[in-house]
Parts: sequence; structure tokens; C-alpha cells
Amino acid sequence: MPHSNPSLPTRTLSEVESKALLAGFGVPMPVERLAADPGAAAVAATEIGFPVVAKLCGDRIAHKTERGLVRLGLSDAGAVRDAAAELLDAATPEDGDVEVLVAPMVRGNRELIAGLADDPQFGMTVMLGIGGIFAEALADVAIRLVPIERVDAEEMIDELKTQALLGAFRGEPAVDRTRLTDILLGLSRAAIATPDLVSADLNPLIVVDGDPLAVDALVEVRV
Amino acid sequence: MATTEQFQALFDPRGVVVAGASTHPGKFGFVALHNILTNGYAGRVFATNREASPVLGIDTVPSIDDLPAGQADLVFVCTPAATNADVLRSAAAKGITAAFLASAGYGEAGDEGRRAQHDLVALAHDLGMLIVGPNGQGVVSTPSSLCAQIVAPYPPAGRIGVASQSGNFVSSFMNYACASGVGISRAVSAGNAAMVGVTDFLGFFADDPATDVALAYVEGISDGRAFFRGISQVAAKMPVVLVKGGASSGGQRAAASHTGSLASDDRVFDGMCRQAGVIRAHTIEEAYEVAATFATQPLPRGPRVAVVTTAGGWGVVTADAIAGTDLELMSLPADLVAALDAELAPRWSRNNPIDLAGGETKDTIPAVLEAVIRHPEVDAVVLLGMGIQSNQGRMEAEGSFFPEWGLDRIVAFHDRQDDRYTTVASQLADEAGKPVLVATELAVTFPGNAAVRGISEAGRLCYPSSNRAVNALARLLERSRWLARRRG
Repeated sequence: MPHSNPSLPTRTLSEVESKALLAGFGVPMPVERLAADPGAAAVAATEIGFPVVAKLCGDRIAHKTERGLVRLGLSDAGAVRDAAAELLDAATPEDGDVEVLVAPMVRGNRELIAGLADDPQFGMTVMLGIGGIFAEALADVAIRLVPIERVDAEEMIDELKTQALLGAFRGEPAVDRTRLTDILLGLSRAAIATPDLVSADLNPLIVVDGDPLAVDALVEVRV
Repeated sequence: MATTEQFQALFDPRGVVVAGASTHPGKFGFVALHNILTNGYAGRVFATNREASPVLGIDTVPSIDDLPAGQADLVFVCTPAATNADVLRSAAAKGITAAFLASAGYGEAGDEGRRAQHDLVALAHDLGMLIVGPNGQGVVSTPSSLCAQIVAPYPPAGRIGVASQSGNFVSSFMNYACASGVGISRAVSAGNAAMVGVTDFLGFFADDPATDVALAYVEGISDGRAFFRGISQVAAKMPVVLVKGGASSGGQRAAASHTGSLASDDRVFDGMCRQAGVIRAHTIEEAYEVAATFATQPLPRGPRVAVVTTAGGWGVVTADAIAGTDLELMSLPADLVAALDAELAPRWSRNNPIDLAGGETKDTIPAVLEAVIRHPEVDAVVLLGMGIQSNQGRMEAEGSFFPEWGLDRIVAFHDRQDDRYTTVASQLADEAGKPVLVATELAVTFPGNAAVRGISEAGRLCYPSSNRAVNALARLLERSRWLARRRG
């Protein structure tokens, strides 16, 4: 099992690359399109169906939200064109090649987080936690060492203290535990199959009608 | 790594040599020999002393070279670090295959000590010898009545195998064993763990016919993956109760990702324990109690607990304690209610907790226990409020009126009854193959109480409070579920 070595440089994959890598291991993602200019973004949004989200996407952009590079709830082609133009203008030379990622506006009352991290003592670990605005305050997470078996993934879900959030909630059905289990198993397989992987974050995993969907993903690899 | 034969030489040696036996009762070399001789070790005991002075009635020799070959399997080394290489060579020449090194001056003592420790391990490999320690307190093995250690106590025999990175916690666990009567099979302090560490000892316990439960204390872990592999293999075979001390030496996470920042190192360790099937205790006291429970109670088949109490308050707080676990305060089946109606006054709780509410005749409690413990829907029982009458009897026996006024007869009656209640509870538990845990603070306040005696004579632990009994039972359920999920 590879251990992290802080002296080795790492880089983050773009959101699109990160999602492509993890989707290959069965992590469910919304249908998304990359657009090079505002017009293409509007076309993509029309095909996806409104409302949509537009994000600036590039290899060197890791903290989109902090930099205001995410536009939510765009409800028509005009709004998408305007948002895409603003995002492309906001890119700096340091960001390198950038495009606009257009994705459906995913709505759900519950957010989870899941990911991979390389522990200095135990090597690669997989985690599941309660996400959303109270994530850090609740610190409700379950961690196992990679690789995990199905039974380990099921026990991770059971271990979360905030079980009420996993049952039927505010008119939405209970979280589909089989799908959540599959996501954790997929992350574990991704870690095994990708020796250069240092970390992966699925944050948030929005629960849509009971199905967890990875709305954002960030993968860090050794260079 | 060490072989099973080497561990057998450590725990069940045919003979022991104390190297560096001292005539001074304040020295380790005296104390180690004393503790071996005074606790009934049946094998041959030899000792070396520079001046060949007799120690504790043993004729000593200046060197192991002067001893007969093939008579001892274990050498307990109290000599200074500088002479130990020669001691080990001489020991190996006499057929000794295991050494416990109490000597300090190794890995804990700077660069020079670390070099000495490295050389020592290399020598042990050359000699085909197991080295435990250095800088450890010793080894205890009740199947061989062996107390080769430089500290007290020597525990009663039992089924718990102890391995610890701290020698003092070995003593703590054994002190609890002495107090409760739930005993120890093997106990060893790993010291600097130069050659073998905690997981190696646990690996021996896993296949040791004398040991049913492994109890471990760890602080630092040098190779997390090796630890996980080792402890997983043990936990697949027997319950492992582990307590971890100290902050993790893991250091900073390389990735300062959002998820990473939520996941402290201790949560990784905690998840590792759950994945391996290890029962993690949070205090030394909890660790011993949980291990003692594994050693003396069967696993519950399910979560349904019946609480039986002679008075209301105890039942109420126990119900609260159960609510904080995965255990289930079961609803009483109608046929059990009917059976209890036949035994109890109408004011009994008719619900769980089963509060007898007083007015019992002399056979009421055994009849109630029989109905509850034998009921097929009951997975486990917590029994409260035992020993009250014999505690009153104690006051009467110590009082100024004893034995007049009929006090002698009533005191003897209460003693008999309370002893009988807890003895019957254990017998019924054995018959039904179910955990039955008895809790009363009398276990610590007046351990001579007849109810407490009935429990310890049945070889079980009397829990000092119901919340501690409930916690121990919940940890048994945790193990039971972990196994069930993996055995389909």
C-alpha cells in the first residue's frame, strides 16, 4: 500500500478529469458538458435542461467556490451565456486552459461526503461522512483502510451517528444504502487501481430522491 | 518474527535461568527470582550471580556456562546491557530458546542504546533465540505457574491473554484479575519490542489452547498495515480487546483536503479496529471488564435484553444505559408476563425492566430468573439489586446485638439466599448459553457480600454498576454482529 510522502509533489486533476476517473469505478455523476465559449454553454444547457449550474473548469483550479467560480440556478439560455462570459473573464493566466462546465442543478435536502486519503500510518483510507453546512461541526465520519469489502462499506454507513438523516427525510425517501455502498466500494477500487492517487473528495454527494450523486469531485495525484 | 516453539519456551518453559540474580532484595535480579520461586513454578529454577552467592536458597553459579545443558528453555536477564551478548550466547549453548530482558540501556537510551538493541536482535536471529523486551517487566503464565517478572501481582489462572507495550498496564490488568477473580492465562510486557511486539504475542494467543480472549495495550505503532494484518488474523479467531494510549504519531496529513481535515488520525485507528473486528476500549478499566466478560460469558444471540431488579431505580437507569447502545430493552412476551404473574405480587412492573417490587418469598427470585433466562426470546439478562439483605446481615453481624434476638439465624439465612440467587443465575445462564450479568456496587464496597461471592465463585465478574454491565454486554453484541455479518 503506498504511503504518502510529503516530499513528493502532487497535483489536482480538473473537476472533469476527477469525475471521469471516479465515474470509471461506478461513482454516479450528473450528465455534464464542457463548453469553450458562452454560446456553446447555452447550447449545452438547453440540451441538459434548465436550471443548470455553470463552473469554470481547468487543471489548476481547485477551489472554485472560494473564488466565486460557480454559478447556480441558471434558468435560461441568456443567463447561462452571461454567466459563462463572466466566468471566462474571471480566469487568470495562472489558471491555464479553462472551459465552462455546464451541469444540471441538482437538488436535494441532504448532503454526504466521501473520499480517499493517504494516512501516514495506515496508508490509503476510504471515508464517508455527513456533508453540508454542518459537516465540520458534526464531524460524523466513518473510515476504513483500503481495500474494503461490501460488509465494511455497509458497516461504515451504519456507523454514522446521524442515522436519522439517512432514513426517509422531509418528503424524500431513505438514502439508497446499496448505491452508497457501491460508491464506497468504487472509491476503494479506484485507490487500488490508481497507485499515484493521493486523495479524492466527493463533496458534496447530494442525495436526490434517495440516490447519492457526486456533484463535485477532486482527485489529487502524485506528479 | 518468532516461532510457536519459541513462544512455548517463553510461556511454558521446562526450566528457567535468572541471569544476574542478586542477594540485595531491592534489585530486579532478586525480585525476579523471588517471584518465580514463591508462586509455585514447577519447572527447574537456576540462577547466576557474579560471586556465586546463594540467593533465596538457590545455589548460584557465576555463569550460564556452568549450568547443565537441556534443562531450561527460558533465561530471565537482569544483567547489565554490556554483558548481555555473552549471556545470550551462553544460554543458546545450553539449549535455551527464549530470553526475557528486563535490562534497560537499549532503544530507550539514545543512539548508543539503539545500536546495542539492533546488535542484540541480530545476535538473537543468529542464535535462533526469541528475545522479549528489553526494558520489559516480565512474563506471567498461569498454566505453568510462572511469575517471571519484576513487579507484583501474580494473577489467578484464567482465559485472558495480555500483551502490552506498557509493563505497568500488565500489572494493572492483573490487579483487576486479582480483585475480581476473573483470571489470566498469559501476560507479557513487550518492553522496547526489539524483536517481537504486541501483535506477535496476540498471534500466539490466537492458537493458544489456554487463551480465549486477547487483551492488549498499545501506544505507538511503527507499521500500521502490518499491525492491521496481524490483529485482523487474531480477531478472526478470538475476541481482541484493545486500548490505545497517547496521541498518534501519525503527524500531519499530506493532503489538506476538506475530507482529510475532518478525519483525525484517531478516527483512522478507530475505523481500522472496526474493520479488523477488534473491540476498542477507551480506558484500562473498561478494557479489563470487557475482556473479563468475553472470558466468562457467551456471546448474545441477539440484542434483546431483559433487566431483572428487586427495586425500581436501578431498573430505570439501566433502561437509560441500554438506550445508549445497540442493545434492545425488549418488550416482554405475553407468556413470560403470565409466567411472572404466577410468581410475583400484582404490583410487579409487568414490563421490562422486570421490577419485582418486593414481597418475594424465599423461592421467588430463583423462579423468576428461571422463567426469564430460559425464555427463548430473551437474548441476555442484566440482574440488579442482589445482596441487599446480606449487606444488612453484615451490619447486624458486626453490630452490638449479634447474635441475640435471632440475628444469628437471619444473618445466616440472608447469606445463604443471596449466595443462592447469584449462583442460580450463573447455573441458568450456563444451561441456556446466554449472557447473564449481575451488577451491584457491593462488588467494590463490600466484596465479601454473599451475592458477590456467588458470582465470583461461579467464575464470573460482578459489575460495579449497571451501566458498566450494559457497556460490557453491548461490546459482546458488537462482536457477535461482526462475526454474524462475516459468516453470512
